[in-house]
Amino acid sequence: MSKPENKPDAGKVFLEEVTRPPVNERVRGWQRVGRVMLVPALAVVTGLLLGAVLIILTSEPVWGAFRVSLGSGLVTAWNTIVQAYTALFTGALGDPVRIVQAFQSGDALEIRRALNPIPESLVNATPYIFAGLAVALGFRSGLFNIGVEGQLFMGAAAATYVGYAVKGLPGFIHMPLAFLAGALGGAAWGFIPGWLKAKTGGHEVINTIMMNWIAFRLTEWLLGGPMTRPGSGGLPISPIIEKSAEIPQFFPAPIRFHLGFFIALGMAWLVHWLLFKTTWGFDLRTVGANPNAARYAGMNITRNIILAMTLSGALAGMAGANQVLAVNRSMALGLSPGYGFDSIALALLGNSTPVGVILSSLLFGALRNGATRMELLRIPNDIVSIIQALILVFVAAPAIIRTIYRVKVPKEAEEVVFVGSWGGGNK
Amino acid sequence: MATIVVHRKWEAVSPTRQRVIGFVELGSALIMLLVFTLKVQPGQVATFVMTPGGLTQGMAGNWVVPAFSTLMALTVVNFLLGLAQLVRGFGRWTNAVLGVVVAFFVFSFLTWATAGKSLNLLGMLSAAVLLAVPIILGAFSGVLCERAGVVNIAIEGMMLMAAMVGALVGSVTKNMWVGLLAAVASSVLLAWVHAVLSIKYKINQIISGTVINIFSTGMTSYLSSKFLQSYQELNNPPIFPRVPIPLLADIPIIGPLFFNTNLFVYLVFLLLIILQVALFTTRWGLRLRSVGEHPKAADTLGINVFATRYMAVLLGGVVAGIGGAFFTLGSVGRFDEMMTAGKGFIGLAAMIFGNWTPLGAFFAGLLFGFTDSVATKLTILGTGIPIQFMAMAPYITTMVVLAGLVGRGQMPAADGTPYEKE
Repeated sequence: MSKPENKPDAGKVFLEEVTRPPVNERVRGWQRVGRVMLVPALAVVTGLLLGAVLIILTSEPVWGAFRVSLGSGLVTAWNTIVQAYTALFTGALGDPVRIVQAFQSGDALEIRRALNPIPESLVNATPYIFAGLAVALGFRSGLFNIGVEGQLFMGAAAATYVGYAVKGLPGFIHMPLAFLAGALGGAAWGFIPGWLKAKTGGHEVINTIMMNWIAFRLTEWLLGGPMTRPGSGGLPISPIIEKSAEIPQFFPAPIRFHLGFFIALGMAWLVHWLLFKTTWGFDLRTVGANPNAARYAGMNITRNIILAMTLSGALAGMAGANQVLAVNRSMALGLSPGYGFDSIALALLGNSTPVGVILSSLLFGALRNGATRMELLRIPNDIVSIIQALILVFVAAPAIIRTIYRVKVPKEAEEVVFVGSWGGGNK
Repeated sequence: MATIVVHRKWEAVSPTRQRVIGFVELGSALIMLLVFTLKVQPGQVATFVMTPGGLTQGMAGNWVVPAFSTLMALTVVNFLLGLAQLVRGFGRWTNAVLGVVVAFFVFSFLTWATAGKSLNLLGMLSAAVLLAVPIILGAFSGVLCERAGVVNIAIEGMMLMAAMVGALVGSVTKNMWVGLLAAVASSVLLAWVHAVLSIKYKINQIISGTVINIFSTGMTSYLSSKFLQSYQELNNPPIFPRVPIPLLADIPIIGPLFFNTNLFVYLVFLLLIILQVALFTTRWGLRLRSVGEHPKAADTLGINVFATRYMAVLLGGVVAGIGGAFFTLGSVGRFDEMMTAGKGFIGLAAMIFGNWTPLGAFFAGLLFGFTDSVATKLTILGTGIPIQFMAMAPYITTMVVLAGLVGRGQMPAADGTPYEKE
């Protein structure tokens, strides 16, 4: 569909691609780490600061104190913020005082409770890693997979079905089987928009948005109908999965830390290996970075688009499978608080690299976990979504960060994703 | 006034498409025969009530149709149309004929579902009009933005924010007009953010839209659980009342549907006319579209690309804001978390289905609203078809249209591409 006058000279472009030194060879070592981390770090700080402003503005005690006097207003505002972010921090990483007291008391349950925040943050980070990898893999291949949420739901539904309907298998077969079913469910949901993009040119953003809503309706029907829990009275909830399908948790309650976290890390390593160490990955990245050059070099664009969307969908499906098999043990409609959409912010924060995705997932997981402690202070946990949206703004537009902090942002940090536009989508 | 009209012609109907559509139409006739016509008892009648409840103007008698003969007749007509389409095609009337076939199919479905019972058809249609209002307004918002070359997937977020602000301000001031104004202002503010991010900072417009969607979801849920749920008086806005238009409201069927409802339906019609005329017959519209088709050429001719895009996005924000206010000030009278429930995305679908024109978006929106309305009636009629499958129809339709199966829409050429001034 791209018009001839827009097409850059493919040969020239390809030569430029080949001769340009890879990003990671220009600057080395810690200096490079610093440069790469600068914008994301400032984005997170700015997001948290603006979150603090919102907390102050919506706090009734602060308003009351300002009516008394300016001084008491400022003091109350400061205290509110300190309390809120202390709660966020201890909720995410644990309260040192409580941990010390727990060890002194020697009560095993109390020790587990006091230590729980960190493993719980990891539990929260796990679906983010899968979903973030899904988005990042798409970005690297020049595709905007905004359908991770829907793929996650389909993956969860498939994993749930295998989890409760297949009976009598030993755990070491049943659990991987259910997990694989989840990956396949997500892969199928990613394959369709990929195929449509490659064959008809229908833009993957529109198609994945539509597929999201089809997935929501489909799972709603499945959970209320064919997959409903007997005796639930038509409530949209699935039966509980078999013991053999569960992803094992390592510690007794209330610690829910489970094997899924390590599967997620393994997937991150696999995605890294696929993208950066194999010919397939090289093809995917070249198609993503410069489809014209890829075509000129004889790469199969159609196959790569379908492959990228299918793999991306599979990773998203794993996020859903992980939640069902390791955490919830059954499927309900409240399965995801928006992992699929948050993961877009997360993938960008991590510059669409697997390591970056892991780090940002840990951050997002900690935020989400810590926010439950903030709820006790009457600060709704939706504050996390707001902070995540703000972080996304600053990561996507480093120029804003540059203006606020008067820092030099290196050009390479600005290499955000290049995705085909709506109109010229089928480039 | 010297106006250059840019003609956008539909692609010529290819032989493959002609055949595909022919088979689809024949298939519809087959389904009508096997699933509907042969399943009704002979002598059964379907009773369609043509007066919506609670109205005294524009009364009409009930339609009583003999189920079997009606279904048989419609089946035969669809079969013949499908055959004609397959053999020689209808050329530029292809889509119109397809529309007729679909309409007959839907009516057969209703007749089959109603056979031996009675259905308030007009009640269902007037529910459909109300359900279509936010979809159509969302689609209009999309048309404005995308015609100027800015993709807007943030319609959902803008509507959600407007719905909440409308409810909040409407409740505090106890004035629905102030509520509407505040709702529009909040949506315009988000549109401004979208414009700055995507036009000034040139970040990917889909990312910018995602930002606004995540932000709105978070912000409305945050404020709702912090304030609206604990202080009920903050979530009890006055609702725009039903205003019958003199004389027109007395016309049977059409009167109750379109001329005896609230402000928002009238606004939809007003906007439809204004937008369709302004976009395609005025200099303003030509400039706006030129910026979306070929910004560089527009710039060369002295059109300010950035200013035009800002204007289009902000106007899109106004329209989306009205659509959002409809949820709280026009129908429910209360804000609930996530109450837009994907209507903004169906609006996006309607925009695509309507081929990026206000008129097309209007009809697509009505169709999707109608689907919604039928879905809610399905359980009452006991057809055994799950509501969720009907609810999927708009999304599937959009994907089919996008795939070019029924006819490819023509999106603005520079849609989604940031403009770099050299």
